Amino acid sequence: MDKTVNQKAWLLVAPVFLIVAFSAVLPLMTVVNYSVQDTFGNNQFFWNGIGWFKELLDPSTDLGSRFFASLWRNLFFSAVILAIEIPLGIVVALSMPREGWRVAACLVILALPLLIPWNVVGTIWQVFGRPDIGLLGYTLNHLGVNYNYVSNEIDAWATIIVMDVWHWTSLVALLCYAGLKSIPDAYYQAAQIDGASRWAVFTAIQLPKMKRVLLIAGLLRFMDSFMIYTEPFVVTGGGPGNSTTFISIELVKIALGQFDLGKAAALSLVYNLIILITCWIFYTVMTNAGADHKARTGEA
Amino acid sequence: MARIDLVDLAKSYSGEAADVDSYALKPLSMTWRQGGAYALLGPSGCGKTTLLNMISGIVAPSRGKILFDGVDITARSTQARNIAQVFQFPVIYDTMTVAENLAFPLKNRGVPRPQIDARVAEIGRLLDLTPHLDRKATRLTADAKQKISLGRGLVRSDVSAVLFDEPLTVIDPHLKWELRSKLKALHKALDLTMIYVTHDQTEALTFADTVVVMHDGRVVQSGTPEELFNRPAHTFVGYFIGSPGMNVLPAAVSGREARLDGGVITLDRSYPALPAGATIEIGVRPEFVEVAAPRPDLLTARIERIDDLGRARFARLRIGELRLAARVSGALPADGDSVGLVFDPAHVHVYADSRLVEGVA
Repeated sequence: MDKTVNQKAWLLVAPVFLIVAFSAVLPLMTVVNYSVQDTFGNNQFFWNGIGWFKELLDPSTDLGSRFFASLWRNLFFSAVILAIEIPLGIVVALSMPREGWRVAACLVILALPLLIPWNVVGTIWQVFGRPDIGLLGYTLNHLGVNYNYVSNEIDAWATIIVMDVWHWTSLVALLCYAGLKSIPDAYYQAAQIDGASRWAVFTAIQLPKMKRVLLIAGLLRFMDSFMIYTEPFVVTGGGPGNSTTFISIELVKIALGQFDLGKAAALSLVYNLIILITCWIFYTVMTNAGADHKARTGEA
Repeated sequence: MARIDLVDLAKSYSGEAADVDSYALKPLSMTWRQGGAYALLGPSGCGKTTLLNMISGIVAPSRGKILFDGVDITARSTQARNIAQVFQFPVIYDTMTVAENLAFPLKNRGVPRPQIDARVAEIGRLLDLTPHLDRKATRLTADAKQKISLGRGLVRSDVSAVLFDEPLTVIDPHLKWELRSKLKALHKALDLTMIYVTHDQTEALTFADTVVVMHDGRVVQSGTPEELFNRPAHTFVGYFIGSPGMNVLPAAVSGREARLDGGVITLDRSYPALPAGATIEIGVRPEFVEVAAPRPDLLTARIERIDDLGRARFARLRIGELRLAARVSGALPADGDSVGLVFDPAHVHVYADSRLVEGVA
């Protein structure tokens, strides 16, 4: 049977089209516009072609070196927090109760950090870590650890990483918990019958069944940490020096601090492109895993 | 391989203090002999899976003991019981190949590699899985997955028993026959005690030497398929087994006669010891009631319809308010006809409060 052709249906999409155009496409196009021009103020613009992009991608220039330095910081940060949060989230999910009132209690406690606004999270840790009045900073210094995130790079990094782990491990744990809950009891019973050890149950049943939620958790955590701005900005402001200046912080400095619109626009576009490509890679991997899953259940 | 004794075993999901009538499994004592092929047959919710899970240790009994070869193992964990169980829905380990799936129970118990390989090859051959042994166990059909589950249940040669919990539910009908006869063959080949839970009488009767019929948390009869068919110990067994089920009709029994609403049936035996006040019924399978031309000395019934089952034809009849079924062997009477019924006295049983009463010859 042929489908009915009804071009009027496009009208239903029109509102979304308009909203997206004004909220995303047009602003993006102005950024594209800035990225190919230079200005000396007075609202006078000059054509600069791909000049800013060339400079951005050339590490020997000032712009390029700042971009690459912050890019590596961002990638290192994402790698570290993924390496901590994913295993930690799995461990937390595995040790959560399966039934009873404790489930609700655990879920609420886990959800708390997720509900706090990001700049508040930054403020909490900023105060918490201060050597003079912060509980953490004061205690550490009293115990003889010379901890000061304002002056010491390693302390600053440690603070930001611990803060992110505190803030976001819950998300991974909740996703893993959902994955674990969806495993039918029969699997555990069969594993008991088969004499499987705790470790064998984990590797043969739980980990494979959590594969999909772990991919989602990995994607979310990677994107969020790669785009992180508020918390490190509040806690360290990018310092000491440039040691915690991530791409987003660098971008704000260039765009609003120096008012170099062209440079900032070029940086935004490249930043955006990196995120899009990473998303696409994750999406492809995930839909492949999904197709795999569908093929299996489809036959069952 | 072991003899399994259940001693006063019971399970209540609402605590031991609850009324015994509310128990999922009422106190039960029985023995499963080594090497037997048993079927636990009963409708959904009769406690058969509970009983099975208590034997394997997945469910802890509320009271009673389980003995394997005389050793009390009630307190032991599933892992320590050395028992195999196959579940209703296939359980496979996705990340492993078919062979690794089959080897898993052996590997976990530290069986030496050459022995594992030999055993996996043997089970693979018995279940026709040999061509698939090296592929990943994902993306197989439900049938193939369940074969793997069956294989994992059968792969250990030293198990006390292999328990099957409705293992063929997800299997296509034409493959059911094949797998069932395969299981029967495996039972002979491997000499394992097997307990097979099902609500399908065909499955139970074809698989088992001994069928244990459960009803409402109790074992109502245990015997060979023939015994269950010819001498149902409980009216429930009578109508649960057989298609159509046994006719159960209220009657008054005196001497060698049973008096029904519509007339009198002659009995083979007399029943002098019927308990007073009990509900007395007679039970007779449709196979042993023949439709004949009406005669004054026969019970008269009216035909409602005739079911042609292919191998036999059964008439659905009414005697007043009573309904029953009877075999039609001769010419086909029309719906609405009045016919006479010829009972085979040897197969008319008397039940008091649903339980079989032994007659005196």
